[in-house]
Amino acid sequence: MSAAPAFADRATEAAVGRSARRLAPGAVRLAPSAAPALVAWYTVAGPEEATGPLGHAFDERVPDYAWGESSFERTERKFLRHATQGVLARAGWTPEEVDLHLGGDLLDEITTHNFVARELGIPFVGMFSACATGGGVLAMGALAVAAGAAERLLCSVSSHYYTAERQYRYPVELGVERLATNQRTATGAAAFLLAPAPPGGGEAIRVTAVTWGRVRDLGVKDPNNMGAAEGPAAADTLLRHFSRPDAVPEDYDLVLTGDLARVGLPLARRLCREGGLDLGERWQDAGVLLYAPDQPVQAGGSGAACCALVLAGHVLTAMARGELGRVLFVATGSLHSKTTYQQGDVLPVVAHAVELEGPAARPRRGGEEA
Amino acid sequence: MGAALRVEHGVDRRRYQEWVRAAEPRPHVAAALLRAFLAGGMICTVGQGVLNLLRASGLSEKEAAAPLAVAMVFLGSAATALGVYDNLAKVAGMGAALPITGFSNAMTAPAMEYKREGYVLGLGSRVFSVAGPVLVYGFATAWLLAMVSWLLSRVGIHWGLAG
Amino acid sequence: MSYLWAFAVGGALCALAEAVVLVTRLTPAHVMVMFVVLGAVAGAFGLYEPLVRLAGAGATVPLPGFGFALVQGAMEDVHRLGWVGAFSGGLRATGAGLKAAVVFALAASLVANPRR
Repeated sequence: MSAAPAFADRATEAAVGRSARRLAPGAVRLAPSAAPALVAWYTVAGPEEATGPLGHAFDERVPDYAWGESSFERTERKFLRHATQGVLARAGWTPEEVDLHLGGDLLDEITTHNFVARELGIPFVGMFSACATGGGVLAMGALAVAAGAAERLLCSVSSHYYTAERQYRYPVELGVERLATNQRTATGAAAFLLAPAPPGGGEAIRVTAVTWGRVRDLGVKDPNNMGAAEGPAAADTLLRHFSRPDAVPEDYDLVLTGDLARVGLPLARRLCREGGLDLGERWQDAGVLLYAPDQPVQAGGSGAACCALVLAGHVLTAMARGELGRVLFVATGSLHSKTTYQQGDVLPVVAHAVELEGPAARPRRGGEEA
Repeated sequence: MGAALRVEHGVDRRRYQEWVRAAEPRPHVAAALLRAFLAGGMICTVGQGVLNLLRASGLSEKEAAAPLAVAMVFLGSAATALGVYDNLAKVAGMGAALPITGFSNAMTAPAMEYKREGYVLGLGSRVFSVAGPVLVYGFATAWLLAMVSWLLSRVGIHWGLAG
Repeated sequence: MSYLWAFAVGGALCALAEAVVLVTRLTPAHVMVMFVVLGAVAGAFGLYEPLVRLAGAGATVPLPGFGFALVQGAMEDVHRLGWVGAFSGGLRATGAGLKAAVVFALAASLVANPRR
């Protein structure tokens, strides 16, 4: 058992120690008084997602992939537009009141977000961690609110099956056989609002800790097997998270990774067991949960919207109802491009972990002072 | 759970690759081969029907080759435009891709897809994006073999079809 | 009878290509290139023509038949016209199908959109 890492000097501790405490490189614990609340969330789901096992949980269910637009890129923007405007309307916020919008998607130059941000007029920073973007924006947003840099903050992600197919793989109408290891890019968008929690926390769901991901690889070069590629990212972040003095597996009701899917999840579990971590049944994966086994998705779901839809539509609702107390959300992503894998390079992968506490969270057994 | 953020799984790339290979779902080979066989056979039977019609109209085997290719390309293109060819291919795999209708699908799909980026720089430049490799290596191979045949014929060796 | 041979040989070529995809995990594009090249080489060695005589469309409709037509045309022209025939022959023999693919692709793009 090691001592809690000390701040470099007392002045630093005085400046930031009140809102967030850096426990080690990449590990942050937000002070209970500063942990921001997830005040609202909103999901817009595509056809395959809406007819899946979680279909009932989404706020808007879109029955077709074009949704009246003349290109799938424009359709993806429409998904994001509905998600961001929907979440603002739910909280009764106007765009003018929002300090910062953090978001990202899979398309080159993050165009979906840049175009929708131009319509919203909220100060915007685009972030890219591929399918792990949901974890990245929630973590960064929570830190910005905790630090007092933003009072009202919007986070969002989006992806669309056919814009991703077009960019990473083949034209829509091209006849290509799917491989059993392929994952289907989720079509949808999710948006979240963060604000300082009411005094005492109340019934709010709060972001209480973050473990940033390191970019990893274990040599997987096959873009048709992203779950296997992302396994090492999930394992690395989980092993690092649970070696923090303030985190023990028993404190969590759910560890939600996304998107390892049916091929990657057992591989990531095996890597964690090699490192001495067994999370058991509390570890579930968004790529597995989003679709039923009989849907045409091969190994499961992927895409920036996949884990965000499962988090917002399924998990946050359960947390608000008190069915889940403390949840660790670990978004995983593969950071390759068509160019890099065609040149024979490995798929670099990353996973960002965000700890969420709902009103039903039990007191933590892990302590900051180990 | 001791020292902060120092736990590693200790698995190296070589070992993980073995895990990945073992974890990949085994495809149902027999079923996939049967589907490819049936779909490919069916498309070729349609082709044979067209060929028999052309022959019945008085064309020789050789004269019928070009109109047969045009007819099959038309069918592949039409099925792509109607949005059914990719569904056939998802079931039949190479059974849909290998016949010339699949080549036609590989031209028509990008044409439909990339016209949104313009008819010249979108469609025009990317229509061969999938079918191009087949042409490049088909042309190059045929050229090479014909040149070899011609050079051999210069020194009195007769090798190669029609040589 | 011609239908039966077309079905059997065409189906067998496709099943063989599928087996290559499943065993090697190459992309369909790689396997298509491989089969065109194989068709051309088999044609040059006189191995493909008997298959065409036997199976008709079963041998000419799959991509190896395209490779065969390319090499057949190139061989004919190279011995008729000299070295320049190696350049012109393949296209002459396959030009109708190729141009049809371009024309119909263009036509399809005018009347249809990627659906769903």
